[in-house]
This record gives sequence, structure tokens and C-alpha cells, in this order.
Amino acid sequence: MANQALPRPHFTGPQPVVGQEVKKRLNPLVKSSDGAVADRVFGWVIMACALVVLAILGLIVWQLVARSQLSWHAFRWKFFSGQDWDPVNDSFGALPFVYGTLVSSLLSLVIAVPLAVGVAVFTTEMCPKWLRGPLSFTTELLAAIPSVIYGLWAIFVLVPILRNYVQPFLAKTLGWTGLFEGPPFGIGMLAAGIILAIMIIPIISSITREVLTVVPQHQREAALALGATRWEMIRLAVLRNARAGIVGGIILGLGRALGETMAVTMVIGNRPEIAKSLFAPGYTMASVLANEFSEAAGDLYLSALIEIGLALFLVTIIVNALARFMVWSVTRGQPARGRA
Amino acid sequence: MGSLRGAVPETATLQPRQRVLEISLWRRTADYLATGFAITTVILVLAPLVAIFAYLVYKGIGSINISFLTQIPKPPGEVGGGMANAIAGSVVILAIASVLGVPLGIGAGIYLAEYGRNRFGDTVRFVSDVLNGVPSIVIGIVAYAIVVLRQKHFSALAGGVALAIMMVPTITRTTEEMLLLVPNVLREAAYGLGVPRWRTTLSIVLRTATSGIITGVMLAFARVAGETAPLLFTAFGNQYWNWRLEQPTAALPLQIFTYAISPYDDWHRQAWAGALVLIILIVSSVAAVRYVVRRGTLGGVA
Repeated sequence: MANQALPRPHFTGPQPVVGQEVKKRLNPLVKSSDGAVADRVFGWVIMACALVVLAILGLIVWQLVARSQLSWHAFRWKFFSGQDWDPVNDSFGALPFVYGTLVSSLLSLVIAVPLAVGVAVFTTEMCPKWLRGPLSFTTELLAAIPSVIYGLWAIFVLVPILRNYVQPFLAKTLGWTGLFEGPPFGIGMLAAGIILAIMIIPIISSITREVLTVVPQHQREAALALGATRWEMIRLAVLRNARAGIVGGIILGLGRALGETMAVTMVIGNRPEIAKSLFAPGYTMASVLANEFSEAAGDLYLSALIEIGLALFLVTIIVNALARFMVWSVTRGQPARGRA
Repeated sequence: MGSLRGAVPETATLQPRQRVLEISLWRRTADYLATGFAITTVILVLAPLVAIFAYLVYKGIGSINISFLTQIPKPPGEVGGGMANAIAGSVVILAIASVLGVPLGIGAGIYLAEYGRNRFGDTVRFVSDVLNGVPSIVIGIVAYAIVVLRQKHFSALAGGVALAIMMVPTITRTTEEMLLLVPNVLREAAYGLGVPRWRTTLSIVLRTATSGIITGVMLAFARVAGETAPLLFTAFGNQYWNWRLEQPTAALPLQIFTYAISPYDDWHRQAWAGALVLIILIVSSVAAVRYVVRRGTLGGVA
């Protein structure tokens, strides 16, 4: 090395590393030959992992489609319009399940949306700073509770409350609408809707909070400077700007509600009937899978259940893709942030 | 304000309709109502949370005892017994799920962050978001179709596969997010020293983002730990001890479900105890996550 001829400058700190010493110290990181080959192998391995993600989706679609063929060929579209679910006579119509899934999910949205948006607005716009962290942590804690525990709580706490207090009250005051008729069992569509609402509030409110925080601060300041009250500022500057993202969060919550299984199965009553009253028991697509899949005897029965699974899968995929797109349309261009 | 007011032209102060500070009674009421509504929603949302935890602790504490933690279930209707086999079964199933799911998820995440700035990467990203939203019961069907039907047995392995499928997309996306937070300067510095790309990725980038990735893994773990639906027809449940992976295995959430919908009071009591044990496991991992996050996502860089 040429510069070794020069006198070495005097350093007081850590001494510079020279010659063989460099190689020895960097040895764990730098090897002379294996770079290109190892790089290529590593690239392949990593690529394979990414391919597995695609393969999983492919596997799901393939298995669901292939194994529901029997039922699809037997019933075609009548499968989704038939009301008769009779495994003994091999007669399968999924309409009561579709109805139950839609009604319970929509009911849960009606309850959850105002609450979730209210909480999100409070945490981002109104509450004192010290309360913000604990509050969002607590709401997210709701998301960490397993579905089966919600169901357990619903059976032993929510259902008795509904049966003894809420349902008699609703029947007396709103009975004329026809939505709140019949004997107050506690168990039924209303209980399912409420427990679902409690379960989807965290997801809607955390997405809403996320899109509210990306509304530029100067929008708020502009509204306030024009003399708006705080509520007018929130309505005009914040909520209006974040509209699409909030709707996206709501649709994401809907996707969650559609596929939710355990808590609903435990309180909805599991009877394949279509009733107008929300007090009546119902059945959802996910709960019929949970209850009957492991006991399904006969190929057609199993195939019909898998077709319900396929329908559920397709609906949730469409709903989720829509939601992701809407959230993305608001938050794009923002720096990536950890969600944790 | 006083000095500013002096600068305003005289004519402006003469027109009373232009006074800006006046806020009508209606607008003020609307503001109060909105604030009141927001506070009410917070209370309404926190109420069930408090109620659930209070009930869990109240019902669960009284029910947990030594026999609950050490014995297997008694026949239906008999008092006593416990969920020891279910707790062990859950641990086995979760271990299988983690062994299968965690490396795959982290690998796919590395691909997305380090190599995935192309159309293929976008596809993988979109697919993993889609997979995140697939109902868990549907994933149960798939695990049933690919493992149970082939083995002709319900098994712990099938349960593990189902939970692993659920873990992969979550881990993939959080790993990617965490790796993207690592400054490019670090990668460039490593390349500048002649470190090959694979070594840079593993020893520099991955190492730096370790705590963030652990966060993601634990969140995914906490999520699948309480899953019941995909286990219904994969692990299936078992009243006895079982350590063999190709046999039906008990799991804590399954046992809670079975006991909760049973007609026996003692089983209800045990369902609460099981729920408390499960939630303690999950909440402690979430708390651990918070702890890791607070120590700084990029502790290695700062």
C-alpha cells in the first residue's frame, strides 16, 4: 500500500485498522467469493416466500371452487334463492343464511358507525393530549378480545339484559314498526347485531382516526379563522375531507361483521328462518358452517356447506377490496406508519 | 388585539353586522351538543369493555383452581375436572402455527420491502391484504380440505396449518412496514463496505428492525391465539390428553365454546375460568408489544 510510506498521523482515539486486520475484523460480513451465488440463492428463497402468499390465495380459491362443484351443479342459482334447508332429504337452499348474515351485519353497522365515528372524532379533535394515548389503547384492546369470549359474555350478560329490560321496552315503544315483535327470548338477531357492533367498533374507529389525522392542519385552522365553532370546523373541514376514508373504514367493518363466526353463533339462535322481527332467532352463513360442517354426512351436504363458504369468501373479498381502495384514496401520499 | 383594532378603518367598526365575535345561540348549542355526543359515544364504547373485563375477572378468579389447571375434563354433568389438556393443546397448535407461519411471513415481508418495487410485489401486497380479510371459518374449510381429508383424521397439525395461514398475511405486511422504516443510508453503508446484498438484508436491515418485526409477529400471534372458528373442524377438540400431532387435539378456545353452550352450570363456571386464562395470555402479549414499541421501533438506529 502506497500510503504506508507516509508517516502515520498520531491519533489519540481508536486506532485506524489496516491491512490484514481489516479483513479479519470484517470477516463475518465480507467474504471474498460467495457474494453473487449467495445473493441469487437468497433472492430465490425470499421470492419463494412471496409466492407462497399468492399460492395460499390460489389454494383457497381452488379448494372452495373444486369442492363446491357437486352442489353448484345440483342447484345452480336456486341455491341462493331456496329457503328450504333439509339435509335429510338432500334439499339445500341458502337464502335464510344469506338473509341472516346481511341483516345482522347491517344492524351492527347501524349501531356501530355513530359510536365509532364519535369516538374517533373525540380522540383526534376534542380530548386533551394526555388522554389520547390511553383512550386509543383501550379501544384497541376491544379488538384483542377473542370472539369466543365476546360470545361467552353475550350469552351470560347481554342476553339476560336484553330479555329482561331492553326487549320489553322496545316492544312497548316501537312494537308498531313490526321490527320488535314476538316473545323476548333475548337470543336472536338483535343480540347478534349488538355483539357484532361491539366487535367492529375498534376497527372502524381506528381507521377513522387514521384518516382524520391525515387531514391537513391548515384546513382546521382555516375553518377556525373564518369564525367556525369547533363542531363546524369538524363538520366542514375534517369530516368532509375524510369522507371517503371513513366510508372505507365502515366497509372494512362490514367485511369483518360478515365473516364473524363464534360470537354470532352463540347468540343468534341458529334457526334457518326468515323473520321480519329482530327478536326472532336467525342463522348466518358463518354459523351454519361452524355448527354443521364437522357433522356433515354425505357428499352433497358437505359440498353445499363449502358453497356457502365460497359465497362468504367472495363477498368478503369484494367488500375488503372496496374498503382498501377507499382508505387508500385518502391516506395515499402519507408516510408509512406502523399501526401497532 | 388592542393595537390591531387601531389599524382597522373607521368605516368597518361602524357596521354592526360585520362584528365577527358574535356566535349565535343555535351555533353554540350545536357545538355543545356535538361535544356531548362525542363524550357519550366514548362512554358507550368503554362500557362494554369494562363490563367484559369486570365479568371475566369476577367470574373467572373464583373458578380457577389447581384442578382446573391440572386435570382433564370430567364426563358431561359431573362436577370438577379442568382444562389442562386444552391449555397444552393450544400451546402445541400455536407452536405449529408459529413454526410454519412466522418464517414465511417474514420472508415475504423482506421480499416486499427489499425487492418488491414492481408489479409482482404490488400483487403480493394486494393479495396479503385480501387474505387478511378472509373469514377465519373459510380458512378452516381450506385446512380441512388439504390436511384433514388427506390424513382422514382431525388433527393438531390441521389446526396449526389453519392458524399459520391466518398469521402469514399480517406478519408479511408489518414486516414490510418495519423494514421500510430502516433508513437507506444503512444499506448503502453496508454495500459500500462490500457486504453482499443478502448479508446486508439479514444482518443490517432485519437486525435494525427486529423489535418492530417482533411487534408484528406478536400481534399476529395474539390474533390467532383466540381463534375458535378455524379449529372447529381441524383440531376438533378432545376430552383426553393427546400429544400426537396427527390426532384430534383439545384447544382452549374450543373448550370454552363447548362449555359455554352446554347446559351444565359447572361447565359454565369452567368456561369463564378458561376465558380468563386465555385473555391473560393474550393481554400479556399485547402489553409486551406496547413495551417493545415504547422502547422505540428503531432502537438499533437511534
